[in-house]
Amino acid sequence: MTPLKASRLHAGDTYDEVVVDNLSRTQIVMYAGASGDYNPLHTDEVWATKVAGYPTVFAHGMLTMGLTGKALTNYVGDGRLTRFSVRFTRQVWPGDTLTSKVTVEALRQEDGGHYVDLAVSTVNQDGHEVVRGNATALIDA
Amino acid sequence: MPEHRFPVEAGHILLFARAMGDPNPIYADADYAQTTEVGGIIAPPTFERASVQFDPSYHLRPKSGEPWFGSGREPSGGPHPQAPEGGTAMHAEQHYEYHRPLRPGDLLTVKTRPGKRWERAGRRAGTLSFAETVHDYYDLHGDLVMTARHIRVRTERVVDQEEERA
Repeated sequence: MTPLKASRLHAGDTYDEVVVDNLSRTQIVMYAGASGDYNPLHTDEVWATKVAGYPTVFAHGMLTMGLTGKALTNYVGDGRLTRFSVRFTRQVWPGDTLTSKVTVEALRQEDGGHYVDLAVSTVNQDGHEVVRGNATALIDA
Repeated sequence: MPEHRFPVEAGHILLFARAMGDPNPIYADADYAQTTEVGGIIAPPTFERASVQFDPSYHLRPKSGEPWFGSGREPSGGPHPQAPEGGTAMHAEQHYEYHRPLRPGDLLTVKTRPGKRWERAGRRAGTLSFAETVHDYYDLHGDLVMTARHIRVRTERVVDQEEERA
């Protein structure tokens, strides 16, 4: 993976990636197992519908953040992020297809290093935003 | 608030990356990772979430000999440990500051402290109560590796799905 170069980036540049296509319940179960968040809201259809009152199970917010992070690391390179923040704006359901969009907001230098400030937004198949946030990455000159 | 250890392990990173459908070999292939700038396997940016596996008091993991609130013979095995009365506790925001990537072999100490608290009127679920928890991760040298700020919201009632999905 080639790191981004400040000399080739411009504010307004964008990067898009489909980070999950037709989210499966199995993937949500995999995330529960790996993350250790076994809240039955995410994996237990009976509990989610009959006790919690939701139409079905829904994905962990942190799975959606992780999927968004996949687009970020594919764009900025491995080990380059210095900051990554999101707000969860809508639930993600089994069957959803999510696309993350990364937008260059600013390029700056700090303590001799080059940094890019990014806006991130992940939307579902209906165009509704499920997370929005921002990130900063160390880039090459 | 209590401290706990977070041992970062290669197999755990592999499983976590798989769960996100991320085939990036930096998370799985030590030979490949050695040839890259970072010089070895690293963890994905949200791997910190998996530290709860090692938190002895984490409430969203079934524990031997204790009732679990998910379904079994009946739809509910007991009250939800966080929101027993109607509403739902949900993750509202997550913020990370990284000083270096996490790597297999790291043995991190997690120091947890309460952050800000605030409330606002919600559109679909009544009053929303926000609470921030800050987790600082230190390595064996005592260096701060990352800070995570986890913000939860407790809703007064279940989110209105008809309105939300409309």
